[in-house]
This record gives sequence, C-alpha cells and structure tokens, in this order.
Amino acid sequence: MTAVQFGVGDRVTVRDLTAETGLSGHMRAPVYCRGHSGEVERLCGVFGNPETLAYGGDGSPPQPLYRVRFRQAEVWPDYVGPAADTIEIEIYQHWLKAATP
Amino acid sequence: MTMTMTPAGQDHSHDHDHDHDHSAIEAEDTSNSDTALLADALRLVLIEKGIFTAADVQAQLDLMETRSDRNGARLVARAWQDPAFKAALLEDGAKAALDAGFDMKGTPLVVLENTDAVHNVVVCTLCSCYPVTLLGPSPEWYKSKAYRGRVVRDPRSVLDEFGTSIGADREVRVHDSTADMRYMILPKRPAGTDDLSEAALADIVTRNGLIGVAEV
Repeated sequence: MTAVQFGVGDRVTVRDLTAETGLSGHMRAPVYCRGHSGEVERLCGVFGNPETLAYGGDGSPPQPLYRVRFRQAEVWPDYVGPAADTIEIEIYQHWLKAATP
Repeated sequence: MTMTMTPAGQDHSHDHDHDHDHSAIEAEDTSNSDTALLADALRLVLIEKGIFTAADVQAQLDLMETRSDRNGARLVARAWQDPAFKAALLEDGAKAALDAGFDMKGTPLVVLENTDAVHNVVVCTLCSCYPVTLLGPSPEWYKSKAYRGRVVRDPRSVLDEFGTSIGADREVRVHDSTADMRYMILPKRPAGTDDLSEAALADIVTRNGLIGVAEV
C-alpha cells in the first residue's frame, strides 16, 4: 500500500501526469485543476488506482484519495464570483505534490 | 447505470397547441431504437448463456424502482429533527444511511451541510457520478456537458438559472465528484417549518435541493 503522504491543511499542487508521462485516456484528475494549488480538506480513504483498473489491471498500488479545496479565483483567473468561493475536487495522491511556498 | 431517454415533448415539433403530453407515445417510440434493440438482444443472449436469469433482471428492475430522491429527502428530514442523526450523517454518510435502511453497498457518502456561510453544489465533470440509492436516476441535465462544464467555473450563473440566487456574503462551494465518493447536500431547514412532522419536512425537500442547485 502506498503510504499516506499528506495531512489535512497541507498545501498541494496538482501534477500534470499527461505532460510528465505522455499517458492519456482514463486520467482521473480534471484538466482544469492541473498545475493549480489548494489545501487538503480530508483524506477520503485508500482506493484502487482507477487509471489501471479501467484497463483491466488490479489497481495496485492502491492510492490515497483526498478532497482538495481550491480558491475559484486561483483555478479560473477570470472567475467573476466573490473571492471566498471555492471548489473541492477528489484527487488521488499520485497526482499531487507538496506545493512550493 | 446510465439511462438515456427523450425528455417529454423535446423532439416534438407539431406547430399546433395542445394541452396533453405525448410522453407515453414517445416512450413507446424509443423502444424501437437501435440502442433498445441491442439491449434486448444482449439481455436474451446473456440469459441463454446462463450469465444471469430473467429473475435476476426483474430483481434489478425492482431494485431500481426503490431508488428515489424520497430516500435522500427522508434522511434530510430526520437530520433536521434529530441532532444526533445529523451529526452521524455528516460524520459518515453511508453508515448513517445504512442505519436508516438505505444500503450504499460500500460506496462512501459525503453529506455537505448548507449554512448561512456556505452553499454547496455537486457536479461530476469527468462522468456523471451520482448517489442513485438516495437520489434515484440522475436527471438529464446533470449529465449534460453544459452543466458539467459551466457549474465548475461559473456556479453562480448556473444557480441563478435554476432560480437559486446566492448572496455574495455566502461562499459558493462546488464539489467535483470525480472519484470514489458520492455526495448529497443537507439543505438549510427553511424558516417557519418548526411545527412540521418529519414526513411533512421530507415532502418539502426536492431532488434539486439534494444536488445543491436549489436551496431546499
């Protein structure tokens, strides 16, 4: 099992695994959040990796799954709502890295 | 399971006015679609090969009919009446739902509470994840690219289109349900409902309120 790397409140940045690995297809981090930074809201649990499960694999190693909270204004530079508005997205650990301060 | 159906009247192009709806006729028309014929053929082949039985199919259809947004509405009404149940629902939604008789069959449920400070709304941008056990089959718009694409980047305009205007003093928090969790909103209990019974409270909770595109 993959060790849980992040805790609640940690600042994380979503990697762009398509750019890093050249892989595409059933990639389970929405494109719009890649490269953006947010805060871990909670650990949801540890689940089989859907990116291998989808192709007949066994989903190993299982991945910790987090809910990450982003400021809308950080994700969308042209966001028109109040600065306090947020979006939370479920993201597997292998898509995340510690945000640089 | 994804179901595709034609919303009543949408493909209807008669130019005369009439006040009866044609949904029954249209529902019957779709039974001859290529997709329906393919599904029928597949079902018969799988039964013939012994993969499952006709009774299994009927049992699944019966199960589908028990799945309704009234289940979620009952959980909300109970949470409004019972602080301990509300705490349990927010702590572990699937466990509280199971204790109340609704089995999510191992899928975790996150229940999000709307407050004076925060309004929550749910979407699945990557597909159409939805807690069918508690909300029934998802509406067509929930699966549309327009909803999925727009609510994440301009939620307040989308909510306005549903008639749900959220003041600038409340945070709008969008939840993109992209993976293993399922989501249900616990709406704010409306003012003036102190005297209502739990059953009457459940009656005022709508499916759209459970998704977060309506206040209740």
